[in-house]
Amino acid sequence: MIEIHNIHKAFGDKKVLDGVSGVFETGKTNLLLGASGTGKSVLLKCIVGLIKPDLGSVTFDGTYFTNNKLDIRQEIRRKIGMLFQGSALFDSMTVEQNVEFPLKMLTEMNKEERMERVNFCLKRVGLEGANKKMPSEISGGMKKRVGIARAIAPNCTYLFCDEPNSGLDPQTALKIDELIKEITEEYNITTIIVTHDMNSVIEIGDKIMFLYEGKKLWEGTRDEIMDTDIKELNDFIFANRLMRDAKKVEEEEREEEREEEERQHNQQQATQDQEKAPSAETIETQDEPQPENPEGPTATTQTGKTQV
Amino acid sequence: MLQSFGKYLLFMQSLFTRKESTRILFGRTIDEAILIGINSILIVAIVSTFIGAVTCVQVAYNLDNAFIPRSTIGFMVREMTILELAPTITSIVLAGKVGSSIAGGLGTMQITEQVDALEVMGINSASYLVLPKMVASILVFPMLVILAMFLSILGGYLAGTISGELTPQEYITGIRDQFIPYNITFALIKSVVFAFLISSISSFTGYNTRGGALEVGAASTSAVTSSVIAILIGDFLLAYLLL
Repeated sequence: MIEIHNIHKAFGDKKVLDGVSGVFETGKTNLLLGASGTGKSVLLKCIVGLIKPDLGSVTFDGTYFTNNKLDIRQEIRRKIGMLFQGSALFDSMTVEQNVEFPLKMLTEMNKEERMERVNFCLKRVGLEGANKKMPSEISGGMKKRVGIARAIAPNCTYLFCDEPNSGLDPQTALKIDELIKEITEEYNITTIIVTHDMNSVIEIGDKIMFLYEGKKLWEGTRDEIMDTDIKELNDFIFANRLMRDAKKVEEEEREEEREEEERQHNQQQATQDQEKAPSAETIETQDEPQPENPEGPTATTQTGKTQV
Repeated sequence: MLQSFGKYLLFMQSLFTRKESTRILFGRTIDEAILIGINSILIVAIVSTFIGAVTCVQVAYNLDNAFIPRSTIGFMVREMTILELAPTITSIVLAGKVGSSIAGGLGTMQITEQVDALEVMGINSASYLVLPKMVASILVFPMLVILAMFLSILGGYLAGTISGELTPQEYITGIRDQFIPYNITFALIKSVVFAFLISSISSFTGYNTRGGALEVGAASTSAVTSSVIAILIGDFLLAYLLL
């Protein structure tokens, strides 16, 4: 369980976080929801210690983290796995080396044990066989999977995901969401996901915290989110819906266009076939002994067709 | 300027706090030494051979006097090469090659959150990424400078003898004349100092890159410019203090 208390953060005059408090439960996918620029990523970075909050505290399973001794912070950090927005895979390493890296740095495992764990993690995220590929050779979705494999490799207790499905198509995004959810439940870890995607909320959000202009405006479950009377949250959901609807309409239009094109293509094909057909039949009929034909070419064609 | 220098000092300090194990740093240092050293041999060889050749031809042109022995050309090529050209020009060339590579590499890692990924794992990213580069540079630069000295003198020999400015015997007499071994020590001290300056300034610039691809390019340029200025200032101070 991760607890945050009264987190404040400002960059110069700009206040990014304004007294955010909350609890993120173990074994659940906790979502930090909000529009762009509301401080979600900054809050996530404050929790993992990449950014130092101006005020406030973070505790991991009762152990104070912010401003604690370096050794204790290091100890906690070694239990953290994080999936970054751009995956943050090490460019110079293969997929296998990326997943092996935390094991090499943080554990006493020998090479054989490490490779066993690497293969297990890659298999778990559905990437068996991609060991020797470089990050530049794999797709965005695969990079995210490698990022997850690297995060879970050293048996992390806390998993942080910064917009895990950004830049992915809806189908791949859904798969990544499901994978995170499965891993959270399977290993009973505390997962915090930063997102602005309502699909993720509906699919995997066990507990949701809605941020608006650096403040926590709402907290609850995915069943409760639709019944809220907070204007900003409703606007956000509405905007998301609009976007989804617009996307849906766009997809439908594209589908219609595709069908239309296909129909036209088929028609053209049929016309061409029809145009070609008589000559072919003529040839065919020419090869065979011709019956007497008082009605001209049309009858010949009919005869040809009958023969086919 | 003063603020940047303060940040640079703090950055240097951060390299030595919570270091990774010696085994890991040793492995990384070897990798970096190979990258910095092996990949720079060709450019150092080309530059130093031609510098030696040009120096020889120009000295011969200026010493076209019957009262000055031709072996003086060899002597002057050696002195100029060992004291100045090999360590300083090699370092300036390496500032362009190695410095921009270090700054660009670290800058890219910074903007693609790879540095953050290391930090989240509890690894001191500055120490893990930068310290091996600095140690490797300090180990490899003197070797490259020794190579540059040898090839410059060889370049001078080839240019001088092929062009007929002096005989091989005159050149060899010249390069053996009044040899002061301390000059080699001085050149190696310079190479170590320059290695430190180039690697630390480039790392500092690259590590503190924020933004996107444009900023990475700017960081590389800035790293090279700052390194070259630091080399020239360092060159003057070392000459003033040690000669």
